[in-house]
Formats: sequence, C-alpha cells, structure tokens
Amino acid sequence: MNGELVIDVEGMSKSFGPHKVVNNFGIQVPKGCIYGFLGPNGSGKTTTIRLLCGLLTPDAGSGTCLGYDVIHETDLIKRQVGYMTQRFSLYDDLSIEENLTFVGRMYGMADRAAKVTDTLERLGLVARRKQLAGTLSGGWKQRLALASCIMHAPKLLLLDEPTAGVDPQARRDFWDQIHILADQGLTILVSTHYMDEAERCHQIAYIAYGELLVHGPVGEIVAGSGIATWSVEGKDQISLASELRHLTGVDRVTAFGRSLHVSGIDAAALETAIAPYQIRPGLTWTRGETSLEDVFIHLMSQATDNIQ
Amino acid sequence: MRRDRLTFAMMVGVPVMQLLLFGFAINADPRGLPVAVMSADQSEFSRSFVAALENSEYFRIANYPETEVEADRLLRVGAVQFVINIPEDFSRELMRGARPSLLVEVDATDPAAASNALATLQVLGNRALNHDLDGPLQDLRATPPPFELVVHRRYNEEGITQYNIVPGLMGVVLTMTMVIMTSLAVTRETERGTMESLLATPVTPLEVMIGKIVPYILVGYVQVALILIAAKFIFGVPMEGSLLLLSLVLIVFVAANLAVGFTFSTLAGNQLQAMQMAFFFFLPSLLLSGFMFPFRGMPLWAQWLGEVFPLTHFLRVVRGILLKGNGVADIAAETGYMALFLIVASTLAMLRYRRTLD
Ligand SMILES: Nc1ncnc2c1ncn2[C@@H]1O[C@H](COP(=O)(O)OP(=O)(O)OP(=O)(O)O)[C@@H](O)[C@H]1O
Ligand SMILES: [Mg+2]
Repeated sequence: MNGELVIDVEGMSKSFGPHKVVNNFGIQVPKGCIYGFLGPNGSGKTTTIRLLCGLLTPDAGSGTCLGYDVIHETDLIKRQVGYMTQRFSLYDDLSIEENLTFVGRMYGMADRAAKVTDTLERLGLVARRKQLAGTLSGGWKQRLALASCIMHAPKLLLLDEPTAGVDPQARRDFWDQIHILADQGLTILVSTHYMDEAERCHQIAYIAYGELLVHGPVGEIVAGSGIATWSVEGKDQISLASELRHLTGVDRVTAFGRSLHVSGIDAAALETAIAPYQIRPGLTWTRGETSLEDVFIHLMSQATDNIQ
Repeated sequence: MRRDRLTFAMMVGVPVMQLLLFGFAINADPRGLPVAVMSADQSEFSRSFVAALENSEYFRIANYPETEVEADRLLRVGAVQFVINIPEDFSRELMRGARPSLLVEVDATDPAAASNALATLQVLGNRALNHDLDGPLQDLRATPPPFELVVHRRYNEEGITQYNIVPGLMGVVLTMTMVIMTSLAVTRETERGTMESLLATPVTPLEVMIGKIVPYILVGYVQVALILIAAKFIFGVPMEGSLLLLSLVLIVFVAANLAVGFTFSTLAGNQLQAMQMAFFFFLPSLLLSGFMFPFRGMPLWAQWLGEVFPLTHFLRVVRGILLKGNGVADIAAETGYMALFLIVASTLAMLRYRRTLD
C-alpha cells in the first residue's frame, strides 16, 4: 500500500461564479488504496472528483494523476480512469449488454465482445444482459455503472456516491467487489455519506465548504480528534439531554435509540461535568466509543464556526 | 419559464424577426429576371427592343451569348431565366410586314416564376417596335402585333407545378428532419446526464460528431428513396439526370444540415432550445430558398440571405439534375458552396463542443 502515489495534487481550486467550491485542495493517494471521500451535501466532493478526471478545469492547482499532469494530460488520464457518476448516466434505452458494448467502443477497445462477456460474468449481470438499463432497479443500475467503468481495465476508479439508495446487502456486495478490485492493484477514490462505508476505507478525507478538514486512516482520525464519549441510559431523556447540553465540557449530546451519547473534546473536562449525574439514581453510565460520525459532526460545527 | 431566459427571448424575438424578414422579402411577382439575348440582327428594331427590355422592371439583360451552345448552357445552369432569340432577318421581315417570329426560351422549372414576365414581354415588344415604326411604316402598327412571340418552355413544357415542388420537397424534408434530429441528439445527452460519462471517456469531439451524424445520413437516404419513388410513380416527375450524381450531392447536403444541427446542440442548454434553434434555421430556409416563392422575386438583400442556406443551393441542384438533366460540371459550383457551408458549420461545432463540464 505504500510506494507510488496514484493521485498527488495540491492547491486545487475551483469557483462557480462567486462561489469558491473547492479551495486549495490537495491529496495524496497511494496505489491500491481505497480512499473515502466524505463531507456534507454541497461540500464539493463531486466537483473535486470532476477536477481529478479532467471534466472540469481547475482555476488553480497542479499535480499528477497516474503520473500524468492533471491540467495538460487529461486525455491520457481519461484512458486509465473509470469514473462512475453520482447520477446514473448510461443509456436507459439500451440493454445492459449494449451499454457495455457502447462504452467499449468509446474506449476504442479491441476484442470488445470478449471483454463485455467477461465483465458481465464478473459482476453477475449475465442473466440480465438483455434487460434495458432504464428498467433496472437502483442496485442493479449501480452494478451496471460499476461494470461500465471497470471494463476498460482502468488503474484508478473514481466513484461518486456509488451506493446511494442501495439496500444494505447490495451495498455490502458492492464493497466486497471494491475490496477485490483494490487487491488486484486498483486505486479507488470513493465518495459516500455512509459511516460504515467510510470505515471500510483504508484512508478517508473529510471536506466541508471546499476545504479539506482532516485526512488519514479512520482509526487515526478518531483517536486524533481527542473526543471522549460517554453513553447514558435512563428515563426522561429529553430533559436530561437539555440539562447536559448546557454543561461546560459537554460539546454534544445525541440520542441513539434508548441512550444518549455525550461527548466532549476534552476528556477530563467532560468527566468533571458529568460527575454529578453519574451518581444520580436511575441513570447508567458507560464509557462509549467515539464514532467517526461524532468526529465529523464535531468537525462540521467547527467549520461552520470558522465560516461565520 | 422566467428562469429560461433564452427560451423566452427566442419565443418573442423570433416571431418578430421573421415577420419583418418575410414581410419585406416575399414577393410572388418576380422582377429583374436575368435574360440572355442572342441577336443575329443588328438593326434599329432589335436595339430598341433590347433597350425596352432593359427599361422594364421585369428583365435584366445578363448576357449576350454568341452561340446556341452557350445560350443553352446559361439556361441549364440557371444563370438566366430566358433566352431571347432575334433571328437574322428580323427587321427586314418586320418591315415587309411578314410578322417575323421572336423565339423565347424559358426555364420553366418553376412555372410561377416566369409567367408574369412572359405576359409583359409581348406588350413590351409591341410598344417598343411601334415607336420605331413611324413614317411610311406606320401601317404596320396594326393589331395583330407586328411580330409573333414563340415561347418555348424548357424543362417543364406543360408547366406542371409538381415537377418543381416534389424535388424541392426532398430538400425541405431533409432540412427539417436532419437539423432537428441532430440538434436534439447532443442536448439529450446533456439533459439525461449521459454526457458526463461520455466526456469521461477519451473520445474526441470529431468522433462524437461523426458518431452522431453518420446514422442520420442513412436515415436521410431512406427518406430520399421514398420521396424519389413517390415522385416517379405518383407524380410522374421526369428524371433526366443521373441519380447516382444526385445521391453523391445528397451526402454533402445532408451532412451540411447535420452539422448545423450539431452546432445548435452545442449551443442549446436544453432540448426545447435546440428545437427552437432548429426552427429558427428551418423557416428562413423554407421561405428564402426559392421553395415557397420564386427566389428571384425577393429583394436583393433577401437573395443574399437566401444564398446562405444550403437548401437554396440544393434546390437548384436537385431541380437541375432531375428536370434539366444537369451533369457534374453544371452543379459543381452549387455543390461547392454546400461543401463550404459544411466545413464552416463543422468547424463551428468543433469549436463550440466542450470537452469539459464547465
Ligand atoms: N456547474 C455548476 N455551476 C454552479 N455551481 C455548481 C456547479 N456544480 C456544482 N456547483 C456548486 O458547487 C457546490 C459543490 O457541489 P458538489 O456537487 O461538488 O457537492 P457534493 O459534495 O458532491 O454534494 P453532494 O453530497 O450533495 O453530492 C454546490 O454548492 C453546488 O451548488
Ligand atoms: Mg456529489
């Protein structure tokens, strides 16, 4: 997983009119890595991915993708990148097989028929090969979209929210597939809103308002955030939550089913704050594990503060 | 609709523009028709006859051909609408009171274009000659006119309008379907989101354009085949020239229209706009090309405008080949123009076609 960098860019910026959508963005993605791309809606994930594959021209920035210059050699990059768009973007009125054949032709592939059959088999699409893409359910569409972007054997996959609206089983299958591809040496950059998916990535980056806030392996990000979390169970959660929320040292109180997650950036301050409640009868306190979500929500509120 | 400014602008602007354009441009009574005069008689009479032609608004002397062959060629390529033959002994016969004949050959492919002018010709001749017939010759001024006008309608002897309309329709149908189909082709990709995938692949703009255009060329040929069959068996349109030549010219014409459609599709934001642009192109093509109204009936500026549209040139070629039996040399100039149009439109399309999403 170490060694050559597949994506190495820095200083990337892109504005649409007055809006700075991507601001001074840089990442390094090593070969064979599954790199998760997270951030709230409108944070610039799709835009960043489009910058990387040459669909948008950055206002500023430089770097390489697969060893080619991201500004001047986009044609070469396009040959070796598979890009799966956020919105389904294949032809509804073509069948699965025809769509793949079409994509094959766009990449000017030789022995197209064999490649198509091979890809259909790999993704278990053989039985439905004649079905029109427009009539597929969401999960199958995603599978077809993945098929169409791995068919030309790219070295880098850019997947933009590939599993939005897909059932858990299909998502799991999808991610198993992604791991298999990564084992084969593909590098994968994937954007998602699902925390469980983020946890299946080797590394993640979190962006908000076009700024890269943190990046690194999931464990490191959680540990590095320094956030401590306790969970408490008991009656009358609503009033308890509002009481806890006002304490200094408590940054966030979130309801999770029957329990509340109470977290704070400073572990010692948090413990002092909740000490009186720990001896209150009827409440059970356990030390909780800080989730990636807690970290992100924390980062988000910080980012909002910075903006304001 | 408020959001879609371009659509709105086109909905208001286009009708106004077209109203002005066509209101001024269209005139079903053509004037200034080009005439070739072949005069073998250098007399006072023939000179004043020619002068009278010049002075009438209906005619414009474009050429004095030396030989029959040359006169024939001028008529065939459509450089002139009439050839007027003044025979050698015209004035002598005239003075003898023998009512010599004046031979007028008319390009009658479009019967409407020439009918008024022909009617004037007789009147004009009488007046001009009567003026000269004074003194002792006054007696010859009598009604029946001093000469006999022999009109020879070439290419469409019976003046059947269908002969002119049906081949023209081929051009019109092709323009309409080809421009609309391609202008929707790329816009549809953008609207459906498939453009994003397409742009992410390494295909070049030229490849996309060829990919979009070639299938429609085939569609165009199917249409042409149907129209030709109908023309022959239902309307009995003569087919003088080579159909092979026609089909070669068709490639250029169809491709030119497709390139226009492709250009529109790179300019339009959505299918509605593409459709509007296609109509914006189609209407003037139809009205200014000489299909609906005689081309020479329009004021000069409108004729210049009309020359821009490939349909104008195609009409000349298709009528030339089918009705006049034009060969390669006769249609080369018009075809060359269509090719030029094709090149310009494709270049524009290539420049406009964006390889990125921004
Ligand atoms: N072509 C465009 N023109 C103008 N603004 C745009 C364009 N594309 C994106 N934006 C703006 O850029 C911002 C970032 O958009 P982007 O699609 O990159 O977000 P995202 O992180 O992918 O969001 P989501 O999670 O909802 O997919 C948004 O505010 C959006 O409105
Ligand atoms: Mg997005």
